[in-house]
Amino acid sequence: MTDMENPKFTIITSRCVPLPVENIDTDQIIPARFLKVTSREGFGENLFRDWRFDSNGDMRPDFPLNDPRYSGCILVAGKNFGCGSSREHAAWAIADYGFRVVISSFFADIHKNNELNNFVLPVVVSDEFLAELFSTVQSDPSAEIRVDLPTQTVENLSTGRKEHFDINPYKKQCLVEGLDDIGYLLSHSEEIDSYESNNNK
Amino acid sequence: MGKTLFDKIWDAHTVTDIPGGPTQLYIDRHYCHEVTSPQAFDGLRRRGLKVRRPDRTFSTPDHNIPTMHQDRPISDPVSARQVETLLKNAREFGITLFPLGDEHNGIIHVMGPENGLTLPGSTIVCGDSHTSTHGAFGAVAFGIGTSEVEMVLATQCILQPRPKTMRITVDGHLAEGVTAKDMALYIIAKLGTGGATGYFVEYAGEAVRSLSMEQRMTLCNLSIEMGARGGMVAPDQTTFDYLKGREYAPAGQEWEDAVAYWRTLPSDEDAVYDREIRFSAADIEPRVTFGTNPGMGIGISETVPAPPVEEAARISFEKSLAYMGFRSGESLQGEKVDYVFLGSCTNGRIEDFRLFASYVKGRRKHPDVTAWLVPGSWKVRRQIAEEELDKVLEEAGFEIRQPGCSACLAMNDDKVPAGCLAVSTSNRNFEGRQGPGARTVLAGPLVAAAAAVNGVITDPRKS
Repeated sequence: MTDMENPKFTIITSRCVPLPVENIDTDQIIPARFLKVTSREGFGENLFRDWRFDSNGDMRPDFPLNDPRYSGCILVAGKNFGCGSSREHAAWAIADYGFRVVISSFFADIHKNNELNNFVLPVVVSDEFLAELFSTVQSDPSAEIRVDLPTQTVENLSTGRKEHFDINPYKKQCLVEGLDDIGYLLSHSEEIDSYESNNNK
Repeated sequence: MGKTLFDKIWDAHTVTDIPGGPTQLYIDRHYCHEVTSPQAFDGLRRRGLKVRRPDRTFSTPDHNIPTMHQDRPISDPVSARQVETLLKNAREFGITLFPLGDEHNGIIHVMGPENGLTLPGSTIVCGDSHTSTHGAFGAVAFGIGTSEVEMVLATQCILQPRPKTMRITVDGHLAEGVTAKDMALYIIAKLGTGGATGYFVEYAGEAVRSLSMEQRMTLCNLSIEMGARGGMVAPDQTTFDYLKGREYAPAGQEWEDAVAYWRTLPSDEDAVYDREIRFSAADIEPRVTFGTNPGMGIGISETVPAPPVEEAARISFEKSLAYMGFRSGESLQGEKVDYVFLGSCTNGRIEDFRLFASYVKGRRKHPDVTAWLVPGSWKVRRQIAEEELDKVLEEAGFEIRQPGCSACLAMNDDKVPAGCLAVSTSNRNFEGRQGPGARTVLAGPLVAAAAAVNGVITDPRKS
């Protein structure tokens, strides 16, 4: 089933926002007090809320998302990104803020699935490549990164350094064609019927 | 080659394997709560779908509810609407709901096991990362996102990449005054907060086998804090004794058949794991965390370690210590405590209240400490009364609140004020987790009790 609302993902070339902190948990991405609403919309304004704003609601100018030098739809973050709570609100906030790609050297499992299910591409790179990206963008915020899903490559356009990244073929197809898992499962309902009848479920 | 406990359950629930992709896994039990389900039910409405198996789906509000005056309307209108939405969705889609005030109501990971809904050999999911708790029964149980909640509601299946397997063996026996929480915090500190990412963990060894079901739940609950997809313990007589006679557990011949099947589940002797790790229970003492993830912990007699050498790790470590206000080389003992929280899906069960009460009996709560004692469910609350633990606690100056997730994630009013230090039996010490600016030290029920009485972090074995 093709859902017309789903974006299709191919190649993205963009500046990026660097967040060189390790073990960023989903409570930082979107604090629990913003999880009370029952819709999927509007979480972007509270993305990294307590890192972007102080307790008076004033912007913290030193936080990269508030730094006018940084822009683009690629977030580059320290390793073990998205650990902790399973809240999909974290992926909704990232997508709603405008990010299409998150690059890190390591992702937590549940959050990685949540990003993929929201057509945000998690790109796993080596620690060395990640360190180089941070160094490139911090010295030249206009530096661009090219993420090519069909060939599964990510390139630092300033240095020409390129890396291959992994994604399973099924999820790659989902992103490229804008398909989601529920569509896939619904089209296989006969197999679920037979599993249930064969296993007394 | 033999199969692991995990392999046996995963294989028995595989509907299909997508070539080069995830497994289509059948789900036996789906738990829903008010925070991560509304958008999933909206998705069903948008697509014109029903819940495929309402009989396999159970729901209860727990995350966003008050722990006082639950008989009154919820004062925060946004929270009230979220709880009301769960009620409305449960009615519309025909799924079982245990609302506020129901005798079954409680934290979903306390409610499921105590009612016999969590069974060995089953697959269990919930839109909550601490779903790993249910692995204590020898189930494949893991947390999922809301898109996946919708997937399971619609099809009773989920698409998941098959995780790798890890066995963590703990030899020997825990010393007096050392709890399952300490064991879990010890393992997490050894592996790190992402050390088991990509793996499903089986806990084994004498020290694990000798844990009660509630202690096994505490251990498995915290598996996600080292990144594991889930944690599990092979079912045995302890498991069967716990489950027998519980409301939703099989009965009569069905029970006999179920136990016979469950006895086939433990890993075969020649089963091979992708990774094996071994610890000795004798090395574990009461634990406290000093940083802003559960892997940043020490034994209570130890001091805060020096920063790591590697630059990226050092920057994150220093950011963490700056937030907590601690320094490398210092002991946490003697650190002034403002709040103590006993509760959560990690430590909100009757054995946790017994432990806490055993320490405070005949002592008094320190006047400078605010203590929140929050049972994990109404069944736990009633058992506290039946065992007259409430009298012990009240005589020591404590009050018992009503069940819910409470200060574990501070979605309700149970928020620790900015700058205050909380010793908490919950599962996460992330920045702001217990309220913006709150500083959390994770510990077991005995360390929490000692902090509540002494007003400072104290080794419960010493006083």
